[in-house]
Amino acid sequence: MRKKGTLRQILLITDGCSNQGEDPVAMAALAHEQGIAVNVIGVLNENAPEYHRQGLKEVEDIAMAGGGISQVVYTKQLAQTVKMVTQKAMAQTIKGVVNAELQQILGNKSTMDDLPPDKRGEVIEVVDEMGETMNLEVLVLIDASGSMEDKMLTVQESLLDLSISLNSRIGENEFSIFAFPGKKKEVEELLSWSSKLDSIGKIFSKLTLGGITPTGPAIKEGIAAFTRKRSSKRSFLSDDAPGYIEESGM
Amino acid sequence: MMPQDISKSPVCNLAAGEEIRGKWNHLIYRIRRRLGYGATGAVYLADSINGTVALKIGHDQMSITSEVNVLKRFSKVQGKVLGPSLIDVDDWQTRSGTYPFYAMEYLKGETLFDFMRPKSSEWAGILLVQLLTDLHTLHQAGWAFGDLKPDNLLVTGPPYRIRWIDVGGTTVMDRSIKEYTEFFDRGYWGKGSRKAEPAYDLFSAGMVMVNLAYPARFTKKSDPDRQMQDLRKNSPMLRPYTHILEKAWNGKYRYAEEMRNELVLLLNEKDKRTVQQNKNPAVQKSVVQKQTRQSQKKKQKSFIAETFLVFTFVFVVYLFYMLGQTM
Repeated sequence: MRKKGTLRQILLITDGCSNQGEDPVAMAALAHEQGIAVNVIGVLNENAPEYHRQGLKEVEDIAMAGGGISQVVYTKQLAQTVKMVTQKAMAQTIKGVVNAELQQILGNKSTMDDLPPDKRGEVIEVVDEMGETMNLEVLVLIDASGSMEDKMLTVQESLLDLSISLNSRIGENEFSIFAFPGKKKEVEELLSWSSKLDSIGKIFSKLTLGGITPTGPAIKEGIAAFTRKRSSKRSFLSDDAPGYIEESGM
Repeated sequence: MMPQDISKSPVCNLAAGEEIRGKWNHLIYRIRRRLGYGATGAVYLADSINGTVALKIGHDQMSITSEVNVLKRFSKVQGKVLGPSLIDVDDWQTRSGTYPFYAMEYLKGETLFDFMRPKSSEWAGILLVQLLTDLHTLHQAGWAFGDLKPDNLLVTGPPYRIRWIDVGGTTVMDRSIKEYTEFFDRGYWGKGSRKAEPAYDLFSAGMVMVNLAYPARFTKKSDPDRQMQDLRKNSPMLRPYTHILEKAWNGKYRYAEEMRNELVLLLNEKDKRTVQQNKNPAVQKSVVQKQTRQSQKKKQKSFIAETFLVFTFVFVVYLFYMLGQTM
């Protein structure tokens, strides 16, 4: 009983509060409604703790509304965190789906945690298996406001490292990268859907860092990118179904 | 579930004497002390009806259940004791939440670093041989260890035997490695993917040895190949193993057995040399005894010479004294 499907995740990397455009928490909720989980990594600045405490709250709120995971770290731990958050987020999404199915089978309030340990083991194996074989679409949103300047190299390395991990899976992966603010627009596409991230070095060197932080519009643009991808796929494939997991028979 | 908060979680702060009762199997565990903690939870030494056990309590159902799955599989790998054996799996219910835990066999031993400190360097090779033997069995059973590092290994005995204690990274072959540590991860060093396969573990096994020579570890420089070459060259402990370590680093071994056999050959060869270099304390003793017997005659001669010298010296001093007296 293997189902192959697609997991959709937004990974937002930011170091502060949004200050322009739509409310990012609302946009995250909108993404969540469309089967896209929004995960947030807040990058801490040792020098500006007060400013950041405010930012932290937003990081949590966005992830909560977006049905994703949030994590606040110092730049040094970024590589590990980017992977951990992405993998945990995948597992959480799958677990959500499995829980929903369990509820259908076992009745209303049961979740995986209510199963005795023996049965739980079998369920986790299914979750593991799905995490390994499902297709994954990760859209990375990078805060390119001025204060992120000294962190960009680490962000770039972290993403490369993430792609090593994800490309070691059996399932397919596709990545897309957006930066906000962009050169001319609020949000700029740096890399359109691609399975390899080897070329991101060049993309990052082209990046110019701006002053504003339009986090809300960035999430909105992310949703649009997923929708465009879905509709372009629909034109020649008919395996689309709404919800977290797009199922297609093996 | 943030890593920085883990040390503050109730799971990591159980006091000695505290009792934990399982929700499903109703067994009671009395905590003795904490053995350690990591990203997924804490391990305690505890007493139970099954004797003294190591108790791992976690936050996350997913990772704890995965580990239990692995430990269960281990008990099915025939004829070989690989990890600690699994004793009980249950949930601990508290006011602040339900935490999954499992009890396993408590392995008593020393960390790799503590064990190696008073020992001569060929022990590193011997431990690696033992490790590779176990890895081969594990690989044959269709698993890769994943997070191979000194922290996850223990030396029990005597007779000394390397054992692994944390199986959290163990992954089905051909899947992506579940858990790893950068220093021991070939992906970090740009030397390959994170796909579970024998070569992945063998890379880490090589790095375990490098870590024994450089306990402080180090980070990646711009040319890792060159960096490692220099580090191997500069360590008297690693130098004899250069060829094998280089092959493991470059993923040239397809099976653990291949690496193991080359290492055994090397250790046999090396043994002859070490006798002459007096590295092994036991060998050193016998060599010293032999030397004393052979040189006994020489020693008698040198005794006469010494006595003569001493007398001359005393006489010269006496002469000066006498001169001083007469002036």
